This record gives sequence, C-alpha cells and structure tokens, in this order.
Amino acid sequence: MSTTPPIPTDAPAQQRASDAERIARLRQPRMRPGRWIAEIGWRHVVGLAVVVFATFPLVYVLSASLNPTGTLTGSNVLFREISVENYVELLSDTRRPYARWFVNTMVVGVVTSLATVFLGALAAYAFSRMRFTGRRVGLLSLLLVQMFPQLLAVVAIYLLMQGLGDVFPILGLDSLAGLILVYLGGALGVNTYLMYGFFNTVPASIDEAAKIDGAGHARIFFTIILRLVAPILAVIGLLSFIGTTSEFVISSALLTSPDNLTLAIGLFRYVSEETSTNYPVFAAGAVLAAIPVVALFLYLQRYIVAGLTAGSVK
Amino acid sequence: MAAPDTTGLRRPRRLSGSLGLLAKIALLAVVDAIAVFAIMLLAAQGSWIVVAVVALVTVVVNAVYLVPGRFLPAKYLTPGLVLLGIFQVFVVLFSCYIAFTNYGFGHNSTKDDAISQLIQQSTSRVEDSPAYRVTVVENLSGLGLLVTDPDGDVSVGSAEQPLQRLDEGQVETEAGVAVAADGWTTLTTGQIVQRQSDIASLQVPFSDDLDDGFLVTADARNAYVFVSNLSYDEATDTLTDTDTGVVYVDGGEGAFVSPDGEELRPGWQVLVGFENFAYPFQSQAFGQALIGVTIWTFAFAAISVGLSFLLGLALAVTLNDPRLRGRNVYRVLAILPYAFPSFLSALVWLGLLNTEFGFVNQVLLGGAAVPWLSDPIIAKISVILVNVWLGFPYMFLVCTGALQSIPEEVTEAATVDGARGWAIFRLIKLPLLLVSIAPLLISSFAFNFNNFNIIYMLTRGGPRIGGIDENVGHTDLLITLVYKVAFAGQGADYGLASALAIIIFVIVAVISAISFRQTKALEDLN
Repeated sequence: MSTTPPIPTDAPAQQRASDAERIARLRQPRMRPGRWIAEIGWRHVVGLAVVVFATFPLVYVLSASLNPTGTLTGSNVLFREISVENYVELLSDTRRPYARWFVNTMVVGVVTSLATVFLGALAAYAFSRMRFTGRRVGLLSLLLVQMFPQLLAVVAIYLLMQGLGDVFPILGLDSLAGLILVYLGGALGVNTYLMYGFFNTVPASIDEAAKIDGAGHARIFFTIILRLVAPILAVIGLLSFIGTTSEFVISSALLTSPDNLTLAIGLFRYVSEETSTNYPVFAAGAVLAAIPVVALFLYLQRYIVAGLTAGSVK
Repeated sequence: MAAPDTTGLRRPRRLSGSLGLLAKIALLAVVDAIAVFAIMLLAAQGSWIVVAVVALVTVVVNAVYLVPGRFLPAKYLTPGLVLLGIFQVFVVLFSCYIAFTNYGFGHNSTKDDAISQLIQQSTSRVEDSPAYRVTVVENLSGLGLLVTDPDGDVSVGSAEQPLQRLDEGQVETEAGVAVAADGWTTLTTGQIVQRQSDIASLQVPFSDDLDDGFLVTADARNAYVFVSNLSYDEATDTLTDTDTGVVYVDGGEGAFVSPDGEELRPGWQVLVGFENFAYPFQSQAFGQALIGVTIWTFAFAAISVGLSFLLGLALAVTLNDPRLRGRNVYRVLAILPYAFPSFLSALVWLGLLNTEFGFVNQVLLGGAAVPWLSDPIIAKISVILVNVWLGFPYMFLVCTGALQSIPEEVTEAATVDGARGWAIFRLIKLPLLLVSIAPLLISSFAFNFNNFNIIYMLTRGGPRIGGIDENVGHTDLLITLVYKVAFAGQGADYGLASALAIIIFVIVAVISAISFRQTKALEDLN
C-alpha cells in the first residue's frame, strides 16, 4: 500500500564518506578566499537556496497555524503574532472532529502496517525457506501484481465493499475495518519481494541448527527468524504506515460519515470548503498531523536506509 | 497448490507446543464461524456463486491448517494470498467486467429491483380509499407497518415483505388497534419523529403482485391505499402506463423505453459490450479531451521525474564535497519535503498559490494576481512545480547514495588519463550513476503516472475544459479522470470509469515490460 518510493541509499558509503570528510578537513590547509569561493563557497549558496525552497512552505504553514487572525491574508506576514487559538478551534470543532480523524488515521495506519508486516513476513519465510511447486511462479506473479497499484481498481473495490456491506455491515462502506481489509489486500504485492531478499541474507544454517535442537517450523519462524529480520520489518512497517496515512483515493471512495474520516480526507474537505477563511485552522491540523510522521521519519532515517540497502541487494 | 517440501528441509514438525495449537484452533474456529454466517446470509440472498466460492475457500483454509504434515508452505502463504486474491486480483478482474456493463447511476441493480422501484415510485393515492389504522414497527430487515384494516383484521408487512395476516395471539391491541406484534419492535413517538422521512417513503405492498397496490402512511397513524399507474406484464415483459396507455418495452440496453424513445429511470445493469470503449470515438469532444489527458499524463510524469532528478542530482553533486561544512544540516533540511506527509504538502501549496490571498502572489510577487491554479497553462506549470518540490529530495537521497558508492579509484584513474572535472562527471560518473538510478527513475515515472493526490488536491483536475458533458479538466491525469467519472460527477458512470482504468492498466503493463528490458540492458552495460 506504500505510495512512497523507497530510498535505497548506501549507508556504509555514507559512513565512509563522513570519515573521509573528517580526514579531508584535517589535511586541508586554509584556502585563500578566492579559491574558497570558487570551490566551496558557491556550494553553500546553492545549498542555502535549495534549503529555502524546500522549507519555506513548511515554515509558512507553521507560522499560519500560530497566527490568530484567522484568514489566509493575515497569514502572509510570518510569525507576526503567536497564539494557540487555531489549535483550540481545531480541537473544539464538533462538526469536524479532528481528534477523531487523528485517532482513525492512527488506528488504520498502525493496524494496517502491523498486519502488513506480519503477512509479508509469513509469505517471505515460505518463499525463502521452503521449496515447493509454484514457488518461482509465485514470486514472479507477486512482482507482476506489484506493478498495478490498488487504486486503479477503486471502482471495483467500491462496488465490492458495497456488496460486502450487505452481508457484513461492519465491513462494508463507511467502515474503518473494511478499509483496513482492502489495504491488507495490497500487503503481499508490495512488500514480499523486498522481505524475501532480506530473509535470504539470514543463513539457513541457523534454521538447521534450531531444527536439530528440536524446534518446529513455527518456533523457528516466531522466535528466531523474526528477530533476525527486525530491521526490514521496521522499514516495511514504517513505509506502509506512511503510505496508508497518506492514501486518499480508496479511503475517500469508501468513507463518508464525518466521524469515520481519516486525516487525509477530513483535512482535504476542510480546505476545499472555504480555503481562505479556514486556512489557519487547517494549518494547525496539518502541523499536528505532520509532526509524528516527520519525527518518526527523521529519527529512523538511518535505520530505513540501512534496512533498504540490505534488503534490495540481489 | 503446494506440495510437501522434499528438497531443502526435512519434513518439519507440527506447530510446537500446546499454546500454538490452541491459538491455531481458536483462530480457525473464528474464521469458520464467520464463513458459516456469511454462507447463511448469502444463501438467503440467493447469491449461489459467492456461496460456492466462500465455502470452497473455507474448506481449503481448514485443510491447509488441519491436515498434519502437509501443505506447509501454504500455511504461511494462505492468509496473505486470500486477501491478495480478493482485494487485488479479483478487483482487477471485476474492473474488467464492469467496463463491459452500463453499471452506474440509474443502472445500479437487477431488472427485478428496477421494475419494483419503477412501480413504487409512480404510485398515487386511490381516492376514497378507506383509512387503515397502522403502527410503525421495526425488525432486523427494516421498518414495517402493523396494519389494522377497517374490518379489524391485523396484518404486518414491510417494503420487501407483503402484508401477512397475523393471528390474535401474536398481537397486542389497544382500543381496537394493533400496537405491537411478535418479532417486531414498536417505534416510540420520539423515534417516529426522528425517522419521519423514512416512514413517509415506506410503501408496504398488499401482495406479491405489486399491481394490488401499497399502503402508505404520512402521519404514522393512518395509512391509505396507493396504486401505481405502471403495471408490469410478465408474459410480454412490458410496463404499461395505465393512465396514458403507453407501453414501455425492454429496449435491450438496461431500461424500459416507450415507442417515442422515452427511457424510464432507474434502469438496470446489463452487459453493453464495447460501448464504453467506443464512447470516446462517438463523442468527439470527449475523445479529444481524453487524448489531451493521456498526453498530459505522460508529460506530467516525465517532466516531474526529469526535473526532480536534475535538481536532486545537481544538489547531490554540489553537496558531495567532503570539505563542505554543515553538509548534514543542508541534507536534513532538504529532505524535509519528503518526510512531510504528501497529502498535506499539496494542501499547503493550495494555500500558498491562492490567487487573491496566497503567500506567493501577495508576498513573493508583491501583490500580483497570477492565476496559479485556474489558468490552463499556468496550472500545469504549478502542479509540476509542486511535484518537483515533493520529488527532488528523494532524487537527492538516491543520487547522493549512488555518487558515494562510486569508488574513488575510478575518478583517480580518469584523472591520470587526463580527464578534467566536467568530463569525469559526464563520461564516467553519470553513466555509472544511471545504471543504479535508472530503475528508480522508471518506477518513479510509474508512480507519478498515477499521482492522484497532488493533482486532485491542488486543482481537482481543473480548470474544466469547456464544451464537454463530462467534467474533464486541463490538469486531469487518467487516474483522476477515472475517479471523477465514477464518484465526483452527478451521473456516476462506473462502466466508463472502469474502461478508462483498463486503459491505464494497459499503459502501466507496457511501461513495466519496457522497464524490465531496460534494466537488463543497463546491467549488461556494466
């Protein structure tokens, strides 16, 4: 379900580079200013320009969220006044229950990512450790299925859930459980291949040793393999969480009542109703919604990068 | 689907420990209970094909987990595969089926449902009909009427279930009027007020033959006889308007039509062959717009990827100098847009680019009124700009990684051979970099090809192209068009939307096939 492309960066290379950086800095004698500008200075200029380009919308939304004037125009002077008025208004609006959306999003995101990780790990274990007819075909079909994102079939999903709702109202349209179920349909397609690669890096001799000691396949999987592949589980979980919380097409087709919305749909409706007057309150909502994701991303950045590199090595 | 494994591992033991066994049996019991419940409900609805599929899947699942020592890989694959089968494979096939139907607004249900709806929606009160005393009741299937007819006989029925006589023992009466019945809950006054409109639209047929008429109540106390002016004749498969005498026949396209060509709504769902695929050729304006949308989809994806890559690469090269102080600060700040949830970014930019009050016009351009999102051409530039903002940090990360993994010796060797900075980059580093980046560029292209969020949240595909019935906009991608045709317009047309989705399937399949070849070719280069 992940809509964010992975980041295969080379972590050891970064490590090497930062060592090289330190050594280079120690070795370099002080440069003349002219040469410094030609070789290093312009890099700072480019870096600064890009940083401004990258961050000014984020700075703006933070400033708007703290601005008590309550209109889009009033937000144009950055950090003119600071108050938490918009946050209070956001959380006290009963017609648009932001707190509910937040909880819904977290529930959908957490349950989907945990279950995705688990289902993917089960499948990857079978593909990596067992030999059976249809294994190669199975792996190839998963690669193929992965090419077609679920959102292309949004119409069919909508109609399917409508039908499912006739049998199990709790799983039909406008149900978070139903939405999670739909997301889990994409669990194998997107992630199994990545996990499969990582599982293969765990030596099979570990399994063999455990088996000689009398462990069954389930014990080997739950108590040994799952621990050894923890990094890739974290990566898949995080990517799946980010992808799920940003997903719009399927959730907006399925969910309707205000209490059941996720942040993506709720905030979209918030803004599209009256952009100019609601904007600062939306900005407060955006800041609150973004903080956990950005923090998690930056905190686990190294981990993600390391896990992905190892997993994608063929 | 899975044979016992014979090669790699010896036959493994079963789930170890009694705890695991208990958990397994408990889970299976839950699954079976749900399945049995579903089968009962589905059987009641008469969906026999679905019943068969559910039963088959349940049996297979039980076999996989209960037959000892066999189907080991299937034990691990089944949960994911079942979900994958339903929500990824089945829905794609289902899309293909829908594309050949007229499924959509006005063509939602089966023919029988359509007939009873048509008859019910054209009822009118029979003048001088006697008043029936009623009590509004409810059971699991919905609202019903508990009727005491003028002769004092009591019967009960709902919209789906015609009136049925009740014996005195099953009814509780009060002043000659039945007020409660077994198996039904009487609504309180408060509930009646709350559900007034539901009650007013409730029509309870007298018998299975809908021509006999319905009981309808406006005040939840007295009901009157309503009959429809449409009458269905099963033998000739026609609907006759008893007032005007017009005979409506099944026109073969999922609706009853009069000799003058007037269609009765709702119709029902039928297979229409290639009609949805032929539609762009029939309606020239829509066809042209569709070609425009397709070209723009390709252009949007290609330009977004290209510009993000160039910017990301330039930044990676710039910052990839070990002597540069504060590299990590630049790096973290530059990837912030990538860490920020993408749906929020689009909405943030929506505010920034607002024509009248937005930051860009008011502050950066000193009060200009550039129609960033409402002019056909400028809107295209804007969405690409925003998408580059979102996409370049990823390219920056990827390029940095790739640059740093190129061994230093390569550069040194080139320098020895007399190459200078730019030549080293263009002739040595760039080709090496492209080998590892190309597959990512292709997958990024495929991602942007269906980048629904950014387009829909910024412009909803607008500004709208004039002169077409459908709501097609200048910045619409194929995927946003699918969504709008299916959900956003007044006349939801699932058939046409699915046909458009199939066009995307085909394009994505071609791109994937090419990308597989391309990656192979690039690997050979190395």
